Amino acid sequence: MKTLGRIKQGFYFDSVTLMRLGRELSGTTGVSEASVVMATEANKSILDMSGLLLPEFKKTSDQDLLIVVKAKDAATAKTALDKAEELMARKKKPAATDGDAPPAPRDIPSAVAALPGANLALISVAGRYAAREARKALDAGLHVMLFSDNVSIEDEITLKKLAHKHDRLVMGPDCGTCIINGVPLAFANVVPKGPIGIVGASGTGTQEVACIIANEGSGISQAIGTGGRDIKDAVGGITFLDAMQALADDPNTEVIVLVAKPPEPKVLKKIYTLIRKTSKPVLALMLGEGGSPATLEQAAHLAVAQVKGTDPVKAMERLERRNAILKKEADQIVARRKKAKGRYLRGLFSGGTFCTEAQIVLDGILRHMTSNAPLKGVKKLKNAWTFEKNALVDLGEDEFTVGRAHPMIDFTLRRQMILDEAAKPDTAVILLDVVLGHGANPTPAVELVPVIKKAARQVFVVAGVTGTIGDPQNRAQVVEALRAAGAYVQLSNVAACTLAGYLAATVARKNR
Amino acid sequence: MSIQQLFTTPLRVVNVGIETFKDVCEQYAPPAIQVDWSPPVDVSPAAEACLAKNAAKIDTANQKVMEIILSGTPHLIGLDIARNVIPGMTDDTILHAGPPVTWDRMCGPMRGGVMAGLVYEGRASSIDEAETLAASGTIHYAPCHEHGTVGPMAGIVTPSMPVWILKNEAYGNLAYCTLNEGLGKVLRYGAFGDEVTRRLKWMETTLYPILKAAVAHTGPIDLKNMIAQALHMGDEVHNRNRAGTSLLYRAIAPAILATCEDKDDAIAVLEFINNNDHFFLNLSMPACKATLDAARDIKGSSIALVMARNGTDFGIQLAGTGDVWFTAPADVPDALYFAGFSKDDANPDIGDSAITETGGLGGFAIAAAPAIVQFVGGVAADALRYTHQMYEITAGESRMYQIPSLDFRGTPTGIDVRKVVDRNRVPVIDTGVAHKTAGVGQVGAGLVNAPMAPFAQAYEALAKLLKR
Repeated sequence: MKTLGRIKQGFYFDSVTLMRLGRELSGTTGVSEASVVMATEANKSILDMSGLLLPEFKKTSDQDLLIVVKAKDAATAKTALDKAEELMARKKKPAATDGDAPPAPRDIPSAVAALPGANLALISVAGRYAAREARKALDAGLHVMLFSDNVSIEDEITLKKLAHKHDRLVMGPDCGTCIINGVPLAFANVVPKGPIGIVGASGTGTQEVACIIANEGSGISQAIGTGGRDIKDAVGGITFLDAMQALADDPNTEVIVLVAKPPEPKVLKKIYTLIRKTSKPVLALMLGEGGSPATLEQAAHLAVAQVKGTDPVKAMERLERRNAILKKEADQIVARRKKAKGRYLRGLFSGGTFCTEAQIVLDGILRHMTSNAPLKGVKKLKNAWTFEKNALVDLGEDEFTVGRAHPMIDFTLRRQMILDEAAKPDTAVILLDVVLGHGANPTPAVELVPVIKKAARQVFVVAGVTGTIGDPQNRAQVVEALRAAGAYVQLSNVAACTLAGYLAATVARKNR
Repeated sequence: MSIQQLFTTPLRVVNVGIETFKDVCEQYAPPAIQVDWSPPVDVSPAAEACLAKNAAKIDTANQKVMEIILSGTPHLIGLDIARNVIPGMTDDTILHAGPPVTWDRMCGPMRGGVMAGLVYEGRASSIDEAETLAASGTIHYAPCHEHGTVGPMAGIVTPSMPVWILKNEAYGNLAYCTLNEGLGKVLRYGAFGDEVTRRLKWMETTLYPILKAAVAHTGPIDLKNMIAQALHMGDEVHNRNRAGTSLLYRAIAPAILATCEDKDDAIAVLEFINNNDHFFLNLSMPACKATLDAARDIKGSSIALVMARNGTDFGIQLAGTGDVWFTAPADVPDALYFAGFSKDDANPDIGDSAITETGGLGGFAIAAAPAIVQFVGGVAADALRYTHQMYEITAGESRMYQIPSLDFRGTPTGIDVRKVVDRNRVPVIDTGVAHKTAGVGQVGAGLVNAPMAPFAQAYEALAKLLKR
């Protein structure tokens, strides 16, 4: 084995592009490991852990790009490095015939000058640079969607106050999804236009609600993400309240759905005050607070009932009946299998809100729940990497994402975990969320089928698919492929959690 | 645009970061635009805040600077001997290219130029003697730029050398530059020896008096006009001066014939100019110097008036920061090397000729001179791209110097250090490359990026001055 690397100056690529480059290299014959990263301290420490931090990399700075390849011999490694450089050069250099077109703008002001009518900046650069870009966008008169995380709360407050003053939105930081005027931004599903407006302080929650609304035959006017921290008292719900007011004023919105983990008291009070002042129906889902709606699925069904003028009670009863059927189904599935090992459920979530919702759904079904992001009454995992009992793990938390792309894009870690957990004697069921839509991994079935096939021989695998028939991944094909691999697939997280919970409870009873 | 307006207007997205997000926006709400983003230059948040706060003030100062630069009118008005005209020139003074540098830090070609200069002046009878004298402390070294002068490559000016005299008629200030020696073994590339000395002596005794008489005969020659024409003829007047040289030849040949009594000398002078495609460089450079110097010391301005290299350091000066140099190590150019040479032989970037880029010519005007990009194995479209990129870091466009292939758009002019830093885009310079060893001469030509560090320093310094 030979490890070789190169340092390149004057190159910059976003993390997704680099991940793809790295993966393309890793797939080269004779190459066992490859990485292409910007030389930040975080990335260097990751290289160090995997033994890929070459001595010459140590004194590089943030602006340098590192390419490292571990291959069977030096010649193979060198070929792979050359290939990386070629791919990068091709990516960087526009076609020769583009010469008489102006070059891509280098910053937001020049982009605004080049795009008449520009009205929104979508910012996804590394967190420590993101506030600066957001500031430039506001100065240039734009609304801002701030996908980046790791923006300080001070910056968030300053930016939001400035935006509020100018009657504009700063959606985020750490805002994964928005649908504005029918345009899916960042991680968003293909949803028809319709009369339901969403304000969401949780990204995957908003995606799930929007998808179920679409699947139930209605549509979205606007889905406005705020970032999870907006509803803390320190930030004061600036974006959340402005977005609510905007939807209240929007003639195309008939019903407003609020999706959030419980806001802090002062913000909550302001939200309720605004709800009372609004003439439109507002469905407020405060995940973990109880009440109605209690789940993303309920919120979506109630909203659709509202706009269609159907009976909301009947809608809730339908969901109850569905759950009862899933319980029976769980019994039948377990009965059909001769041998079922273990007793616990392992939920490996790429969407944080799904992990929260799972805890709510499973509360009446399973005991001994643990999580790295626990609700009240759920035990916090001592070590996020060591799963205990009925563990519900949010893989989007910092401990899993430093130096990696988001788990909705990069399935590497989860694939490994599925195999590891399936092999453990106490695991009975593995529960997954599979989020479709723009921004998410374009080929989830290709990624998951091989590991699900292996895991399904040892445990029950349940997958909740969040998506619509319009999504680019082709939902029907994804569902079909996952089922063929041996997974039990549901089209909502609640349904998937319910089935998985009953499966685990049934197996545990059997193996008692 | 208010939130309600946003809801009722087609979404137009500026995407900064993950590129696939832009593709989706393009699909649903075209057009969308991707910012070619890279991490910002490392400047202090305090400086950034200060320059943002003073943006209007800086803009006003820059407008003043740009008006002076754009309305400058450099004319060739005559020739003289350096010691007679260059301010502060003494018998012990040697001027050099770039920011200040001491003998012990001088690169090979500059040392070679200094030694050749001392032999030419008769201060030393051999190169060894010249070296001893050069290092003795007797000689006072100073940047050309601090004496109203510019010099290509090593930029060596000794007291007896003849110089062009240029006047910016609009503002009255003067600029100076030596006469171009041609290619091959020449002092400006650090070459020394009899051949070099002989040529310099001939230039002093034959070329100089004949040109002086000819220019006196023609009267002031409008160089701004001549450069504008040269751009239309495929020059960018830094690395390509073929058209400029031809235009100058047309302007002064009749005057040489009219004023020179010795026919053989007249032929020799005309042949010398005719055989040297770079003869005009030593006029395009001081033309930019005369134009830019008129805008010195305008408080608050972030426009660069000097970019210069001494083969060790790269330095810049701003209109708003007085005589202070901001420097960083000079880079070795990526170039097309002559047969038998490689980047290992090359000296780091050297010469005052980056004054042409500072004045909106050279690499900034390379779209007018697509032949030049062949130096780096590029295609004609690359030339257009370089010029397009320079519009992103400049404060204005020339009213006189135009690029035919861009529909006669004015060349990007007036480097704004704020844009260089904010957009993380450095000036591109179109340059010759010297061998790192004294005496070898030119080994290639190509394009080089200015280092970012001097611009970042200037940015910080301007902020400090504005805070006061």
